[in-house]
Amino acid sequence: MDDRNFAFMFYGFLAAWVIVLGYVISIAMRESRLRKELDRVRQMIENRQN
Amino acid sequence: MREKLIYAFSIVAMALIAWDLYRIFMVLPDEANQGAIYRIIYFHVPAAITAMVGFFVAMVMSALYLITRNLKFDSVAAAVTEVGVVFAAVNLVTGSIWARVIWGIWWTWDARLTSMLICWLLYAGYLMLRRATDEPTQRARLSAVLSIFSFVDVIIVWKSIEWWRTQHPAPVLSIRNGGGMAPGMESPLWWNVLAMALVATCLILLRMRQEGIRRELDALRRYAHAL
Repeated sequence: MDDRNFAFMFYGFLAAWVIVLGYVISIAMRESRLRKELDRVRQMIENRQN
Repeated sequence: MREKLIYAFSIVAMALIAWDLYRIFMVLPDEANQGAIYRIIYFHVPAAITAMVGFFVAMVMSALYLITRNLKFDSVAAAVTEVGVVFAAVNLVTGSIWARVIWGIWWTWDARLTSMLICWLLYAGYLMLRRATDEPTQRARLSAVLSIFSFVDVIIVWKSIEWWRTQHPAPVLSIRNGGGMAPGMESPLWWNVLAMALVATCLILLRMRQEGIRRELDALRRYAHAL
């Protein structure tokens, strides 16, 4: 492969992967937070009903 | 069923991306003038196409919400828009890195770049609007209107390189009468569009699942409040 501008090509691909992976991590964190909140509200309703 | 779809799409997408990366780096010939940097097009253009298709789907779902008032359409629009914003960011960043090498500048205010930045800002604004509005039906109505309005800019982005003489290269893909790429160089790009579309679909399915949880949470909170 022609190595002219190879570093910038690497930065470009790296940036693309970092953005997508960052988003995947943010989705995973949000999901865990939502599930915790759902459990908390369910527990609260159960306590109020008893 | 949705879980299985997510796993199936993820596996196919990963296999396709691995195959594409092999072809992009090991098989494709070098471009005579640009050197290695031209390979950015294999992420830059598929990311743009994925984002544009996403924004189109969001516009259709938003219109369907306004017609039917079914919140499921709003959930799909929100999920697709968020994923579209991520791919639009990939498009802007990779384009800027390519521009630094080829034009000698990170950014210029030409029609294509400016309209794409405005597009990203509009849809980022859509996501901020959703966060700022608590009441679900009001949130859905306002964001549906913004999504339909924002799609006008997507059309401007798409046509800008035909309507104006811009710094951005003219169309190179054969479907837009570009003919600027050799056929052997264009086919991996379309395979990468498919791979990115599959990745985007997985992410959208994950986000839709979260929107479902959020709707359930809203309903439970209302119920808890009434107790």
